[in-house]
Amino acid sequence: MNTATRSDIPKNRSWYQRNRFAITPWIFLAPAILFFTLYVIAPIFQSIWISFFEWNGLGAKTWVGMGNYVELMDDDRFYTSLKNNLWWLVLYMLAVPIGLAIALFLNQTVTGIRLYKSLFFFPFVISQVVVGLIFTWFYNPNFGIVAIIWEFFGATPPAILADEDLVTFGIIFAGLWPQIAYCMILYLTGLNNVSPDQIEAARLDNAKGFGMLWHVILPQLKPATFIAVVVTVIGALRSFDMIAIMTGGGPWGSSNVLAYFMFETSLSEYGFRMGYGSAIATVLFLIMLVYISFFLYRMYQDEKGN
Amino acid sequence: MFPKPIEKRGKGALLRYHLILPVALVIWLLPLIAIFLTSIRPGADINAGNVFGWPSDFLFIENYTAVFTQSKAWLYLLNSFKITIPTVILSVSLACLAGYALSVYRFKAALPLFFLFVAGNFVPFQILMVPVRDFSVQTGLYDTITGLVLFHAAFQTGFCTLFMRNFIKALPHELIESARIEGVGEFKIFFYLVLPLVRPAIAALSVLIFTFVWNDFFWATVLIQGDHGLPITAGVRSLNGQFVSQWHLVSAASLLAAVPPVLMFFTMQKHFIAGLTLGASKG
Repeated sequence: MNTATRSDIPKNRSWYQRNRFAITPWIFLAPAILFFTLYVIAPIFQSIWISFFEWNGLGAKTWVGMGNYVELMDDDRFYTSLKNNLWWLVLYMLAVPIGLAIALFLNQTVTGIRLYKSLFFFPFVISQVVVGLIFTWFYNPNFGIVAIIWEFFGATPPAILADEDLVTFGIIFAGLWPQIAYCMILYLTGLNNVSPDQIEAARLDNAKGFGMLWHVILPQLKPATFIAVVVTVIGALRSFDMIAIMTGGGPWGSSNVLAYFMFETSLSEYGFRMGYGSAIATVLFLIMLVYISFFLYRMYQDEKGN
Repeated sequence: MFPKPIEKRGKGALLRYHLILPVALVIWLLPLIAIFLTSIRPGADINAGNVFGWPSDFLFIENYTAVFTQSKAWLYLLNSFKITIPTVILSVSLACLAGYALSVYRFKAALPLFFLFVAGNFVPFQILMVPVRDFSVQTGLYDTITGLVLFHAAFQTGFCTLFMRNFIKALPHELIESARIEGVGEFKIFFYLVLPLVRPAIAALSVLIFTFVWNDFFWATVLIQGDHGLPITAGVRSLNGQFVSQWHLVSAASLLAAVPPVLMFFTMQKHFIAGLTLGASKG
């Protein structure tokens, strides 16, 4: 039917009319491609290019080849940041099981539960800047909640954000708060879509509690788990706001992560070493690329399936 | 339903659940409750070391007015709106167009282009920072709200396109086919047939992008220098420096910064969650 109509088009129809199925998508795509290329795709390659130069952002660039990367391999701050990024990645993952636990706790139908669910989700909606400020006060050893709890037990409260060994964990703990809320909402939606028939069938087989969760529910929650892991990994590698607000990477760079280290190197009172900063950004990008490729591969499998 | 509905476990369990719920909520939101109490207490409390205890007096109106009269909070809030609203409009519009093209037309570049948008959405901000800042300086967009809006809109287009494309893909394709057979032009199909159908997706994206951009701190720091363009997130940080040890005022300002996204979430909850959980329930 469709092909018949198309071949009926007289030859004197305009060039556009004849080619409209090939051209129209590009007209629709043009603005988005233009913007996205200009601000996202091209800068990635520019950054990699800049990482081979020494540049203060204003004057001429000096080619140093792999110089910045060689310097990076010898920079203690780099290893501290990398180590802290690893801690972020590992500990941030706790948001997934804790989010699931809270979702299981809230997945009921009692009166008022909807309001409870939204209130539990609150931390995610709030800016990380605000979350960072709140936890900075909490950790204050003179008047913070931590101080109150420690003094209650007669102990001297630790100065969490001033302690090189504790500071990263303090910030991660604060960061977990909104991330758990995010994972919780993903699982609540997932639980909503778990097939009731399968649960009933499993109940008849005497499945319950943890066994039921592990063998019947979790497999059905796979899509939710996948998204939760992806957003948590990205969140962990993107951690910047909290560190900027709570410690500025301190004390003595001990709470630095690659994202903040990069910013500090290229755009702060510590100097304008844009080339060196870009080298750090490139390393961070390559780490992220592992996860992006994995995500795209999964998406590709899905697309093929459809 | 899993876990088993609590009602089926007897009256005692139900009662216990109803008792535990509010306690759990208070513990979970303790940081927020504490900061709220701090925001309405007199400054004298803080000097006396009573930062998180019960306030000796309730100065709700006084403290919140003080934030506005003693700082540029108004300007910061206004800037946030000036940055956020155009970004939402721009990125959602671009994504409607792109999402339509990527889902309705079958051409070779469709899938690679789609993946490009998805991948770009996940890159670390730092890999974009130096070139974007440099580009803004070169074009005179540095330190302007317009410059920040253009960047945000471009970056958010990635996520929006991902969302839109999947949403339109799920619409019945026969609708578009039959319109074509009727001889309706491609642009008319987009405006009169597809756009009305994607309204829920537009709503979901709008609330999400509003929240993401409102809460942005990094790009405001990188692309804006002066008070004239700083959004409230960056503003709260500088207020923190200005109101040294006046935690009641900083708390009030922080809570003010949180109000618009929270309102957005509460009024558009269904759409907000639909946006966030995209793909989380897909079999």
